[in-house]
Amino acid sequence: MKSPASESPPAPVTAPDLPASHPPNQPGLLELFVAFAKMSLAGFGGVLVWARRGIVDQHRWMTAEEFNETFALCHFLPGPNIVNLSVVFGSRFRGIAGGIAAFAGLVGPPMVIATILAALYARYGEIDALRRILAGVSCAAVGLLIAVVFKMMMPLIKKRDMVGLVILLAVFIAIGVLRLPLQTVLLVAVPLSLGITYFLRQRVAA
Amino acid sequence: MNSEGNPISTLVWTFGLMSLFAVGGANSAIPEMHRIAVDVHHWMNDKQFADIFAISQLSPGPNVLIVTLIGYSVAGVGGALAATLAMCGPTAVLAYYVSRLLQRSSQSRWPAIIQAALVPLSIGLMGASGLILALSSDLSWVAGLITAAAAVLAFATRLNPVWILLAGGALGFAGVI
Repeated sequence: MKSPASESPPAPVTAPDLPASHPPNQPGLLELFVAFAKMSLAGFGGVLVWARRGIVDQHRWMTAEEFNETFALCHFLPGPNIVNLSVVFGSRFRGIAGGIAAFAGLVGPPMVIATILAALYARYGEIDALRRILAGVSCAAVGLLIAVVFKMMMPLIKKRDMVGLVILLAVFIAIGVLRLPLQTVLLVAVPLSLGITYFLRQRVAA
Repeated sequence: MNSEGNPISTLVWTFGLMSLFAVGGANSAIPEMHRIAVDVHHWMNDKQFADIFAISQLSPGPNVLIVTLIGYSVAGVGGALAATLAMCGPTAVLAYYVSRLLQRSSQSRWPAIIQAALVPLSIGLMGASGLILALSSDLSWVAGLITAAAAVLAFATRLNPVWILLAGGALGFAGVI
């Protein structure tokens, strides 16, 4: 399961103001494409783990701090985190072309696999044995997702972050139980949560 | 929205917009995908949506690829491509510009505040995903038990998730559910 939790380690939120240090290696376009394709295809248990291994340990394109900083940025932006990471990472080295090369490597090859699986499902999805297998897999997959939710909740519970937990519960009920549209819920919840967080930090700072 | 028109343009419009609202990644957007694919456009039923989620978890790559599967079931290969690019494109462009902006002002404390404010939202959204998917796949008490066992195993151990998924598939094949 490619869980967002495994793609979101407790990244240091206070990004240190690093000097513009140049990494030892500068990847080319083809290198970017191949590296991200490899990470993506290995990524059954979360692409992030493989991205960190490839970028920091294997190729030494970034230091661990630079990687955390880049990931923290991609995590608070909307959309798929790892997709954002590929674009930001690639463009840092090779401009827009680099961003596109890294993105194409990340999404292209697994997209071909997903399309083939979709075609197989459309053709053979009604076969009884396959239906039974998929039913079992989806039960397990839901369990994995629920585990991720609890793992991500643990820091909030440990910090006794009541405000965060109330917002969490309100969003859960609005979307999961009342089935309100996402845009409506976010238009209310995002400004509210931002306002409260800002207010609380001001008070702590004062 | 032109829900009656060309399915490809509906896909592009739907996922392009969702891309900019998907706080916390693809798994938080699942309730919205379910609402649009099952309730609004009737592209598939509950069971098919649960199947597609299962397939997306079994295949390698980022979990955003669930939109590739939805796109394919609506409009074939063209739909798969259109949905994927629409879901990734707008946010990728945004990420590019924001990262360039922040490189100039890296001392700002806004990233930290925004991140702290959005974390509970994205957990709540994922919890809702779990509930909606559980309601469409756990139709018997045995199925619910498998989900619960998978959740406990994944929470308490460092077992590779692929083994848990395969175990679920094996139980399904054996006709337990």
